[in-house]
Amino acid sequence: MAVDVLAEILTNRALSRDYNVLGFAAPEIARLARPGQFVMVRPTSGNDPLLRRPFSIFEILRDDRRQPIGVSILNKNVGVGTSRLYAARPGDRLSILGPLGRSWLDVFADAPGHESWFVAGGVGLAPFLTLAEHTAADKRPMRLFYGGRSQSDLYYASLFEDLGASLHLTTEDGTAGEKGRVTLPLERELKARGGRPVTLYACGPTPMMRAVAALGASLHAPTVVSLEPVMGCGMGGCYSCVVKVSGADQHPHFVRSCLEGPVFDAKRVQWEALAH
Amino acid sequence: MARDLSVQIGSLTLKNPIIAASGCFGYGLEYAGSLDVSALGGVASKGLFLKEREGHPPPRIVETPSGMLNAIGLQGIGVHRYVAEKLPELRRLGVTNIVNICGTTLDEYCEVARVLSDHEGVAALELNISCPNIKEGGIQFGCSLTGTYDVVSAVRKVTTLPIIPKLTPNVTDVASFARASEEGGADAVSLVNTFLAMAIDVETRTPKLSNMLGGLSGPAIRPIAVRMVYECHQAVKLPIIGMGGIQSATDVIEFLIAGASAVQVGTANFVDPFIWTKLTDGLADYMDRHGIGRVSEITGSLRKNT
Ligand SMILES: Cc1cc2nc3c(=O)[nH]c(=O)nc-3n(C[C@H](O)[C@H](O)[C@H](O)COP(=O)(O)O)c2cc1C
Repeated sequence: MAVDVLAEILTNRALSRDYNVLGFAAPEIARLARPGQFVMVRPTSGNDPLLRRPFSIFEILRDDRRQPIGVSILNKNVGVGTSRLYAARPGDRLSILGPLGRSWLDVFADAPGHESWFVAGGVGLAPFLTLAEHTAADKRPMRLFYGGRSQSDLYYASLFEDLGASLHLTTEDGTAGEKGRVTLPLERELKARGGRPVTLYACGPTPMMRAVAALGASLHAPTVVSLEPVMGCGMGGCYSCVVKVSGADQHPHFVRSCLEGPVFDAKRVQWEALAH
Repeated sequence: MARDLSVQIGSLTLKNPIIAASGCFGYGLEYAGSLDVSALGGVASKGLFLKEREGHPPPRIVETPSGMLNAIGLQGIGVHRYVAEKLPELRRLGVTNIVNICGTTLDEYCEVARVLSDHEGVAALELNISCPNIKEGGIQFGCSLTGTYDVVSAVRKVTTLPIIPKLTPNVTDVASFARASEEGGADAVSLVNTFLAMAIDVETRTPKLSNMLGGLSGPAIRPIAVRMVYECHQAVKLPIIGMGGIQSATDVIEFLIAGASAVQVGTANFVDPFIWTKLTDGLADYMDRHGIGRVSEITGSLRKNT
């Protein structure tokens, strides 16, 4: 079930000239949301741009008594819609629709004894915080592999640390963490893990997710990815957000990622058919 | 005052004149978890061929000023899976199903129509002869007067369900296609489907859609669609289902005044899936303010400028 809330913006934290975190007063959505689900945000009440934008639910916002009062999204300012969201002011109201899509947990229920390793690139961090809270509540071991171009792309890693995750940070320019791609420490740690079973959860640029899926396949770690195709409606109405995945019949089919995803078992994804 | 939102489209009675447009509301069940789909005037299903279709590779949509282009390529489950997997639940929910049917040949249209006629729960058939996004089928009939007549009269012979050809705006004189539909035995016509269009990424000099061309929908097309509904209303006696860019009750009423008996809403549902009650409430409010008892009093009620 999805609800549409004309939500007051509670906070707008600019993280840099590119990134901000917008908090919305939307208790109904916060109560219903499960880890990895998304919302469709309408950047304006007018027609420019016309369509909503999909965003992973980043934080569940809570009051002093820990009651859910809203959700936040991690926005990257890349176009007309996201630039409006970057400039939005507390007190403004924007329409947000959700929660939508399947949860990480719908794809892989927590396998007993598995460690959860999260692999995030840039704003791909967004769907992991709710999963980390869930994992922490279960007292299961977790790690965050988090990569960006440079230090200014890496945010909120400490939130994960506070929840008990061990961190592996990478930057391509070496300004923070290890220099190089996030798959570097991931591969090393996978190889060094001995017999411990690990589940990989990945979200970020498509080439990164594809590389993680390949590592997961060759190093025997079940892998779940959260894909981010262009979406029209988020409700299954328009058939624009399709991704090609292998079906129960083992043949590849286009499926709507708003309904069957955005989270998929990486084994099913036909990577060469993904638009970038 | 007593006012009645129901409308008559030939032999078909709709609770209200506001229908979800084909290709913009899945098969209807997608929305059933979030809203009462049976409260809509009707649901025009995603276009159905006899067999399943994969559709075009992404990217399938791109936004343009006050609108969007789509080239979905009629991905769909085919009529047999529709009647087996969707129709029973739609029927249980009490949805008024206007099934949008496609074909690459006359025989295919007829076969799809036959399958649907054999099942309970189908209120009407909308003949998609206007999809601009696939090469074979549909548009080749919809862009030719004899093709339009042939499809309508062929389907007429195999079903007693109301048939509603959906017209393309990508022709010089849309009214002549409404006339060909009337002569072929249609019960109503619906218009408009999307306008053939194109968008280019100037940095890469590549088309923004994988299919290169797509159909323009949304508020950008509304004034042209209103004009076309008006022209058809002047030309035929058939009831008209108007659409193109409707976003508000005012837009609904504009189409009714131009000559529509009912309307469909597509793109605006993507923006606001809960738009339906807003539109019916706004229409009811208008009728109350103007002392109108029945929606049909609004249809074709355009006054001359003085
Ligand atoms: C994503 C998308 C898919 C569509 N698919 C179909 C379809 O399967 N069959 C059809 O007859 N029309 C289809 N249409 C056309 C719409 O039903 C409608 O005629 C058109 O979009 C104009 O109305 P609107 O501006 O309210 O969207 C589609 C439109 C869109 C935007």
